[in-house]
Amino acid sequence: MDQEVIARLEKKAREIRRDIISMTAAAGSGHPGGSLSSADIVTALYFQIMRLDPKRPDWPDRDRFVLSKGHAAPVLYSALAERGFFQTGELITLRKLGSRLQGHPDMKSLPGVEMSSGSLGQGLAAANGMALAGKLDHRDYRVFVLIGDGESQEGMVWEAAMASAHYKLDNLTAFLDHNGLQIDGPVREVMSVEPVADKWKAFGWDVQIIDGHDLGQIINAVVKAKEVKGGPQMIVAETVKGKGVSFMENNVDWHGKAPNQQETEKALAELA
Amino acid sequence: MKKIATREAYGEALAGLGAENPDIVVLDADLAKSTKTIDFAKKFPSRFFDMGVAEANMLGTAAGLAASGKIAFCSTFAVFAIGRAFDQLRNSVCYPKLNVKIAASHAGITVGEDGASHQSVEDIALTRALPNLTVIVPADAAETKKAVLEAIKIKGPVYLRLGRLAVPALHEDDFVFETGKAITMREGSSAAIIAAGLMVAEALAAADELAGEGIDVRVINMHTIKPLDAEAVIRAAQQTKAIVTAEEHSIIGGLGSAVAEVVCEYCPVPVYRVGVKDSFGESGAPAELMQKFGLTSRHIADAVRKIKGLK
Repeated sequence: MDQEVIARLEKKAREIRRDIISMTAAAGSGHPGGSLSSADIVTALYFQIMRLDPKRPDWPDRDRFVLSKGHAAPVLYSALAERGFFQTGELITLRKLGSRLQGHPDMKSLPGVEMSSGSLGQGLAAANGMALAGKLDHRDYRVFVLIGDGESQEGMVWEAAMASAHYKLDNLTAFLDHNGLQIDGPVREVMSVEPVADKWKAFGWDVQIIDGHDLGQIINAVVKAKEVKGGPQMIVAETVKGKGVSFMENNVDWHGKAPNQQETEKALAELA
Repeated sequence: MKKIATREAYGEALAGLGAENPDIVVLDADLAKSTKTIDFAKKFPSRFFDMGVAEANMLGTAAGLAASGKIAFCSTFAVFAIGRAFDQLRNSVCYPKLNVKIAASHAGITVGEDGASHQSVEDIALTRALPNLTVIVPADAAETKKAVLEAIKIKGPVYLRLGRLAVPALHEDDFVFETGKAITMREGSSAAIIAAGLMVAEALAAADELAGEGIDVRVINMHTIKPLDAEAVIRAAQQTKAIVTAEEHSIIGGLGSAVAEVVCEYCPVPVYRVGVKDSFGESGAPAELMQKFGLTSRHIADAVRKIKGLK
């Protein structure tokens, strides 16, 4: 992998992490933990991998990204703004009355949001629909979807997983944000989804396991995924909840809590 | 006259429209033979997706297809389309106002022998509460065909509530069917019966019975539950001063509730709701169930006689 590309993406990922902290701090609520854990995946997608045109959010041939774990909205909003879908200045309106940046993504209000989400477990089904439409229309776009590990407790995820394989959706690539934590504690203790990679394999998916904070690995995994013919691909990304902010890392308390002023300053200093 | 089930008419209409409208795709959840989407599946196999027994996933997939420019029809039994997949209907379809048409069959107790688990008597209450969703309950085959066309015209989610049972034709060939516009089937001034679905035929039979007693009742076919034709309801309240509603659904939250809401706010007059009285259904022949649950023309006529005394 080109080191210049990686350096550029690492810089962008830091900016996105700073946005996540600033946005949730300004909102006084939100979900920094799972936004930070998926920041590198989302950065790689929006700044290297996906075919996009911010001036044409409805371009029929664009690649799609569905944020199934909708509570990580800050990471998506930041990526969209940094990519030029709207002004970055709007990010601090997150969760405020009248804002297009709803607490969970609303495709009707904000350009670039491909699917409204927030009620967990539904994004993969929508991504399947988009992938089916791509096949029907003979368009070569790719659909990406990000699923949480806690979210994988929803039965509908597996209904959809079955369908992606059944309909041989090789234009569909999923990421699992395997950060190991959910609101009530470690996923293994609340309701284990393990062995999660084996489950996806058993459902007929091509599965890779990568370091979800290694931008080179993320990009290479998508290159490999694109070579798979006849079926969907899952990239299990081993991640750290709260990644990049020392006091948030692997701490379940930061699933759905905003930093106060002091914490915000400390976090932004670490991400400088 | 030959009776035709609304689900039959739906299957026929959909298969007929597939050629001229290449954006139509159809999803079913292992009930294509019952919901009659099989007709479309045979003609347009590449645009038909059997999602297996997984209704939530069917609704979610339809949302993704609609987000990519398709008109996605989803069919299964009403109890599963609305009950099982309510959250998907709410969050993946109605909130983003996607072009998904939920055409669910086997609504109400006339499912018959399958019993309560398969008899949806809450679906109108549930769907009526969802913003962005149009709710249509056709009364016969001809209305169903027109309702399918209307559903395609609407850019957004539509619920078509269809039945298993063959029902009589209520219309001549040329009649106007417009979403949100009630059809006055019969004029009258002593009382008004506002009905939907197969209860429109029962209401007309009740009106015939009452006419023999010198009671002239208006019969309004409220095929669109949402948006409700409030003007027709208010006019009926003002002019007849007594309203009976009739639906193959719970009296809680359905057509009767919708009518009562309008009457209470704009023109209070007595309202009596004929429908399933806060209970689950049970197994039996459709006609027996209609009798047991109080959904026949006789029950409607009795309600009119009673309510006239309250004027």
